[in-house]
Amino acid sequence: MSRKKVKYPEIIPRTQQWPIVQLAKHRKEFIEEASAETFNNLQKITRGRSLREELEMTVYREKLRVKSNPWRVDPKDDKPFWLNIQKRLLDSHQLPKEESKEVEEKILKEIIYRYTDEIAGSFRRNSYRFAKKFITFGFARLLNAARVKGFTSLFSRQLDLDDKIHIQGQPEHIRKLAKIGTVVMVPTHFSNLDSILIGWVIQFLGLPAFLYGAGLNLFNLKVFAYFMNSLGAYKVDRRKKNPVYLEALKTYSSLALRKGCHSLFFPGGTRSRSGHIEKSLKLGLLGTTVEAQRIAFQEESSDKPARKIFVVPVVLNYHFTLEAPSLINDHLKATGQERYYKENDEFTTSYRIATFLFKFFTKGSDISVTIGKGMDILGNYVTDEGVSLDANGNAIDSRDYFVSAGKITFDKQREQEYVRILAKRIVEEFHKHNRVFASHLVAFVAFKILQRKNPKLDLYSLLRLHDEDLEIDYLEFKKDYKKLRKRLMKLYRKQKVDVAGHMKYKADESIELGVKNVGMYHAQRPLIKSKDGNKIIVQDMNTLYYYHNRMDGYELEKHL
Amino acid sequence: MSSKNTSKKPIGVIGAGSFGTAMANILAENNQSVILYSHRPERVKAMGETRSSGGQKLQDNILLTNSFEEIGNNCEVIFPIVPSANFRTMIKGLSPFLKPYHILIHGTKGFDLNVTDPSKIDAQNPLSRDHVRTMSEVILEESSVVRVGCLAGPNLATEISERKPAATVVASHFDEVIRVGQSLLRSDRFLIYGSNDLIGIELCGILKNIIAVGAGTIAGLKLGDNARALFISRGLVEMVHIGKALGGNAQAFLGLAGVGDLIATSASSLSRNYTVGFRLAQGEVISDIIDSMEEVAEGVKTINIINKLSKTYKVRCPITETLYRIINKEMTVNDAHKYLMKFPFRAEIDFI
Repeated sequence: MSRKKVKYPEIIPRTQQWPIVQLAKHRKEFIEEASAETFNNLQKITRGRSLREELEMTVYREKLRVKSNPWRVDPKDDKPFWLNIQKRLLDSHQLPKEESKEVEEKILKEIIYRYTDEIAGSFRRNSYRFAKKFITFGFARLLNAARVKGFTSLFSRQLDLDDKIHIQGQPEHIRKLAKIGTVVMVPTHFSNLDSILIGWVIQFLGLPAFLYGAGLNLFNLKVFAYFMNSLGAYKVDRRKKNPVYLEALKTYSSLALRKGCHSLFFPGGTRSRSGHIEKSLKLGLLGTTVEAQRIAFQEESSDKPARKIFVVPVVLNYHFTLEAPSLINDHLKATGQERYYKENDEFTTSYRIATFLFKFFTKGSDISVTIGKGMDILGNYVTDEGVSLDANGNAIDSRDYFVSAGKITFDKQREQEYVRILAKRIVEEFHKHNRVFASHLVAFVAFKILQRKNPKLDLYSLLRLHDEDLEIDYLEFKKDYKKLRKRLMKLYRKQKVDVAGHMKYKADESIELGVKNVGMYHAQRPLIKSKDGNKIIVQDMNTLYYYHNRMDGYELEKHL
Repeated sequence: MSSKNTSKKPIGVIGAGSFGTAMANILAENNQSVILYSHRPERVKAMGETRSSGGQKLQDNILLTNSFEEIGNNCEVIFPIVPSANFRTMIKGLSPFLKPYHILIHGTKGFDLNVTDPSKIDAQNPLSRDHVRTMSEVILEESSVVRVGCLAGPNLATEISERKPAATVVASHFDEVIRVGQSLLRSDRFLIYGSNDLIGIELCGILKNIIAVGAGTIAGLKLGDNARALFISRGLVEMVHIGKALGGNAQAFLGLAGVGDLIATSASSLSRNYTVGFRLAQGEVISDIIDSMEEVAEGVKTINIINKLSKTYKVRCPITETLYRIINKEMTVNDAHKYLMKFPFRAEIDFI
């Protein structure tokens, strides 16, 4: 069955006009503006500590970080910089109050500038073009080489990346919103490859490049650093948890939003370790959307109306997460009860990524990306024209959310509550757009059957079941699979979840597909069918548990 | 601070029952102009002519209306105080005139039962929290308002109208709503506390009505003060257990909205729910009692709902269950008290 191919023209054909290009062009001015705003914000927030105490604490923590956890990307002058700050702080201690305050503020400004400069990405138009071409072209070649037989097919144009990646949901909607406002894309996050995948989706849909925060650790690796920089990434260093850094980060994001830069947040903050769809979101960065929207309304004038911010949830679905074994081990270790497990990071070498990518694009395992409906900063759906609607379909002016006694006011606690409401809505949308693949459901069914067979075992004992207990009779498996699939279809009709087309195949076929695809590239596949076809055999409980978790939260187990 | 902001616009009160009227008067005494809404036009007319409502004199700066549009367009802060059974319909009517800048602080102590087809509620599909909403949840569902709060505490309307001292809790997730509520209502005779546990405080106000009905039966049977104290203490434990199952915290129940309100309503003939229990003990049947009362006793409806929910969530609620059986004539009041005296209770306090 061939789908009709859609090509999306760029909504702003001249990259010169992209907000992100403007930002990169005026990088220095932007950093200065963001630094000044961070400085002002920090003056307003006092945590019962004097500025001196705050600085001393920052220096202490930074020196500790430099010593105990240095990274390749860290600037060479990290150590001397902090030593110098420490010395000046000590020297100024004896000065009269006014003068020492002056020194402290100067130091604070320097630190902020250093942080902001580090955070700021260096988007380059030309390398963006190159990266874009490279990804599209390179992957397409790989794909053709594998799918269409023969060497000459390396140059065939028969298959494109969009044959591999299915875009579902509302692609036209997000294109419209990106023209009239600022889009904040919030995807689920399972794998380090998500950034590249989303990068491809963004350019495929003809959207201007998005600004996004990527873990600084990814910049350790040259290949990734190159792609990240060229795709518009700014850097987030999770080692730095001091208030000055966090404020600089938030201000950077908030200011960029107000300047109309479409942005991408992974609202879970990090890859889902357990395989669950994100349930609790990081509110800090998400909060910048609410803040930026309020400030935009405050600065609004009749000749310059406020740009509206649209939050668009995106759900990524695949049969397989490259890092699943190490992610689930992290999770089990964190939840405390598994014995120590040596962590191996699949992303340590470029070679491993290359081999993975090759496997990934040459074997048949499809990916779907669901673009959700746009929402305003309180999670109300918006129309194509950007108008917010309440539950009854009446238009809402989102400015009113910040109005008290007739005018816009700043109330920190109120906005924190709004962020919580928005986060809740995003999680709801994630579950709704989660597109269930047969592989997810087979993992869920197999795990639940083993759980039912061993009612007395806790999770950690269950994960250590012996081989002979890891076999499931195929007919029993099929019965439960059909039962849950029926339930799932019911939820689907109520629009509480999405299902892939192949879920509608005959049960045997759909199970076959699921078992074949679940965690297909792991050294040890979680599930296989026995040679005689009478049994389903579990080979790896940890990864099975991981893939099973994705279906958690729909209360399907109640029906087993 | 916020009183300055809000004093310019009139404050809305929806529902001219005894508590609604008492609140309108308190607001008006604090130099606010108030618009008081009643859904019955003839009632509005009568109140306008007599300048009184159910025996309470109305302050001069209270305007009367029968129009949601007038309330929605003129007021930024609105206090909806109508029976829970009419609450959703009321909000639906008001909703077209509500904007996200509105602040709603309700004073209704009952559940909304959101079941379209009661025949579908059975053992397979039991009544659950999904079917039962607090009033703040109804507001969030039916309108674009997010800044929502509630009032709860020992607030017998008659005493408030007699200018006796009282206190209440304003609960909301928003500090702003608590501040606004405090500045509007606070006076020499009315103390206002704040809480962020909106659901917990709402549940306190709702669940205490069950115990008030029960306490009324004890008084009706003249069982004495020891028995009443016993009943109230055990009632509180039951409130906490079912309250926790429905999403509240134990702390809320130990405060003014929990214990405070419970003591007031369980010992006062001014309480409607207490009166229902008292008359049940005198041998009257529930339908006659309800028909003869001017205002709704929320406790009766709450007993029916909690009796079902306690089974769904497997929380032992012997008091609620017994009252349910009395109301449904499966048990006499006398038998009920004998039954409860023999009931094997658990440890006295096991929720802290």
